[in-house]
Amino acid sequence: MHVLLAILSGILFAAGVWLILRRSLARLVLGLILLSQAANLVIFTSGGLHRAAPPIVGENATALEAPYADPLPQALILTAIVISFGLFAFFLVLIKRAHQETGTDDIDAMSEVET
Amino acid sequence: MNALILRISARYLSPILIGVSVLLLLRGHNDPGGGFIGGLLAASAMSLLALAHGTASARRSLRVDPRTLIAVGLLLALTSGFPALFGGREWLTGMWTLPELPLIGAIPLGTPLWFDVGIYISVVGFTLTIVFALSENDEEEAV
Amino acid sequence: MEMLLPIVLTLLAAALSPLLRHISGRWGGWIASVLPAGLFVFFLSQLPTVQAGGERTFSVTWIPSLGISLAFRLDGLSLLFALLIAGVGTLVVIYAGGYLGGHPHRGRFYAFLFLFMSSMLGVVLADNLFLLFVFWELTSVASFLLIGFSHEKEEARRSALQALLITGLGGLAMMAGFILIAIAGGTSEVSELLSRGDLLRSHELYLPALLLLLLGAFTKSAQAPFHFWLPGAMAAPAPVSAYLHSATMVKAGVYLLARLNPALGGTDEWHYLLTLAGGATMVIGALLAGPQTDLKRLLGYSTVSALGMLVMLIGLSTDLAAKAALVFLVVHSLYKAALFMVAGTIDHETGTRDVRQLHGLMRVMPFTAIAAVLAALSMTGFPPLLGFIGKELMYEAKMQAPSASLFLLIAGVLANAVNIAVAILSGMRPFIGRGKHHPAQAHEGTLTLWLGPLILGLSGLLLGLFPDLIGIPLIEPAVRSVRAEHVDVDLALWHGINPVLLLSILTIVVGVVLYLLRHRARDASARLRVPELLLPGGVYRRMIAALPAFSGRLVGVIHNGNLRSYLFTIITVFLILAARTFVDLADWPVLSRLGDVEFYSVGLVVLMIAATLMVVASRTRLAAVAALGVLGFGIAALYVIYSAPDLAITQILVETLTVVIFLFVIRHLPRFGERSPRPTQFRDGVIAVLSGTMVALFSLKASGVQMDSAISSYFAENSVPAAYGRNVVNVILVDFRALDTLGEATVLAVAAIGVYAMIKLRKHHGRRAG
Repeated sequence: MHVLLAILSGILFAAGVWLILRRSLARLVLGLILLSQAANLVIFTSGGLHRAAPPIVGENATALEAPYADPLPQALILTAIVISFGLFAFFLVLIKRAHQETGTDDIDAMSEVET
Repeated sequence: MNALILRISARYLSPILIGVSVLLLLRGHNDPGGGFIGGLLAASAMSLLALAHGTASARRSLRVDPRTLIAVGLLLALTSGFPALFGGREWLTGMWTLPELPLIGAIPLGTPLWFDVGIYISVVGFTLTIVFALSENDEEEAV
Repeated sequence: MEMLLPIVLTLLAAALSPLLRHISGRWGGWIASVLPAGLFVFFLSQLPTVQAGGERTFSVTWIPSLGISLAFRLDGLSLLFALLIAGVGTLVVIYAGGYLGGHPHRGRFYAFLFLFMSSMLGVVLADNLFLLFVFWELTSVASFLLIGFSHEKEEARRSALQALLITGLGGLAMMAGFILIAIAGGTSEVSELLSRGDLLRSHELYLPALLLLLLGAFTKSAQAPFHFWLPGAMAAPAPVSAYLHSATMVKAGVYLLARLNPALGGTDEWHYLLTLAGGATMVIGALLAGPQTDLKRLLGYSTVSALGMLVMLIGLSTDLAAKAALVFLVVHSLYKAALFMVAGTIDHETGTRDVRQLHGLMRVMPFTAIAAVLAALSMTGFPPLLGFIGKELMYEAKMQAPSASLFLLIAGVLANAVNIAVAILSGMRPFIGRGKHHPAQAHEGTLTLWLGPLILGLSGLLLGLFPDLIGIPLIEPAVRSVRAEHVDVDLALWHGINPVLLLSILTIVVGVVLYLLRHRARDASARLRVPELLLPGGVYRRMIAALPAFSGRLVGVIHNGNLRSYLFTIITVFLILAARTFVDLADWPVLSRLGDVEFYSVGLVVLMIAATLMVVASRTRLAAVAALGVLGFGIAALYVIYSAPDLAITQILVETLTVVIFLFVIRHLPRFGERSPRPTQFRDGVIAVLSGTMVALFSLKASGVQMDSAISSYFAENSVPAAYGRNVVNVILVDFRALDTLGEATVLAVAAIGVYAMIKLRKHHGRRAG
């Protein structure tokens, strides 16, 4: 499964890189979202894959019983998801405003409008 | 279109979702959930309301400006670190009391819950500040 | 502790100085002078201890991991400098009171002056190289502020910046030299290093360390070819020139060389570098002084010349030369500070500093005249003033120099003769002659304006008559610090008729002749124009002018405003670095865990890959967003399968909200179209595929590594007992790592405020919404 998820991460990353190199601002955001998904997936995969072993301590136990899914990458990714959400919201609004001001979402055309 | 269905469902769904979000927040320490998740769910519920009935209506239901919620939430999270200071520990160290309740027994009450409530409120504020600003902008342009 | 007190008190005075603006200038000067006067008395009280060979030290640890401590030490050399700093400082502060009068920014001026005094005391009292460096750079900063005090004048600003750049950059080089010395000597404590001279001199880092150190000392003490900042610094108010640019700061380089002489001195490199630079500076300063007509620039160039003499004397590395250097240092500080103050008074009272316009001021400014003549006589080396003793010692040291004695003597006589002409021109000429040529309103300055120069002038006379007043108590311990052994200092005016006396007489004769022929000399030097570009000052100006152009071109290339070219660079560099790491790691990821594949997971992954391709290929906005949603829910499903319920819920909620926001925004945007030409698309495609491959490999490699689970298991074990929470992920977020979460919430708040501002606040500025 690791191999499969690694390939998926690779494809997500490649798609993200392709998209952020486009001239359209909206596709740039799509690319950034794909990149962040890829990154989360890599961190998640490298933490080890466990089925039916969430990092929640059982009723009668005082500590997690092995095998358990590593809680640390999960905490990292949860933070990353929410932060990326804030970033994308900000960026999307930025694009919207830029488009309203310049009438285009083409990065190259935009720099000509500004100058 | 099916705006009617959306409106009616939003009216009944939103309060339920907000109730669930509070539940998620409170049980988050022991089961999946917590401030982030609860806050996002509550914000989604309010966004649903805004989409169905207009931003003005959603704002009325919320009663407070979402920007105020950001400030209140952050302040709560910030102050949850102070009890530790009074106890001579490092800032934001979790501090707990275990009050005995008559029927349930001892339940742990601690500053992490206080902190998580702050996160919940600031996430609601953050999301709704953005969503409301966008939807109002959209409504203005549609006019 | 008492070693720290002078520095701290002066710094405190700097902080309080702005209050002085409420007090009239003259009284403010008197009040402010209490502190340096007190310090002078304090340092005088240390004389017996130091004279007896003792020293005062104070040390607290500062950065123990680097072996750097806040160490201070008062020995003979430090005491000599500290007395000059406090003594001349007292007189300058009083003088500044009169000079600045009701200047609205006089409070600021005192603040800068005390900042300088504090840092200069720090330089001479510090017993740690790095502590010394800090104070050294602080003096540069204070000097910058003081030169640029009249900041409304362009020349003042330019000169201030020039002085700061030259001395500051030199200071950085010196810092590098200090580091090398600390490596070579194994310590950064100065007193320790002084006893490790043999180790340092034979170390392979000796020459680089020495060269870097000399860059610092030479820039600070205005040695050629860095001398040009000092005449430029004459843009500063007169008290500053009298204090920093004659008596104290410019001597910091000399101090450093004298201080480190036992540790680094005595080698051929030391000897040749110092005598050569010093000798050249001595002659160049004298030659450049010749044609000047501005009083302060005249004195500025002669200061350059004097600093050259000092450096050359230290380079000679003999007992006699050290003695001569320290006596001349005192002599020069006394007369030059006095002459600068006199120049300031003349400027203040007559409105001009042009020596050609100043005549016959004797009658209107008698006290200033006495002070000036006394100082000028000391400068010419006329008996029975202290200057005479200084000059005799200097000639004696040169005659006994280990090499090139004749050359040094000729250069010395030449430079001294020019300085004598300068002394006559600046200290005597304005006061004699017929009285009708000076501007009519000239009158004697107030007591504050002539007291300082007069005391300095008189002390030159007094110490000349009774040289033992400073010889044994002050110069002897200082020479001991420089030579690291006891040297008898027996100063006397009369040594009988000997070659040194004849040289002194010859110098005075040549000097007077030069003075008489000054018009012709001026013409000659005017004809002898060196192209400006070849002069160090010209090179400096060219460099300063070229810098913005260079930066502009550099920014044009690097910061070209093209987002894709930045991204392209970043991604390519990432690829290269990551590829290198993989090559270094050599073994390829183990694919052993291929086996545990579930069919529904495979289906899910295939679906997600399809969604990804859809996001990339879609030309309609809605389809792209929908595909993105599918992908997000797919990832949430993976989180569910692999035991991350919190992540799954978060992912689903965020995905929903992202789609909502996307819809608000994307509706108005144009359709997606491919706008790049084919070759660019190909290039981007290659980069994208390579990056994807790299990430896939990295992911596999990372899965094969058994991570250190100490942190995770700590969380796993302590979550319930310590934090009363069974959901470990949530406990990490709200308890163990709550500070991180708080930071994250703050970032979100900032993002929300940004969004709100972008949408709501645009109505307030006049731009049309398109």
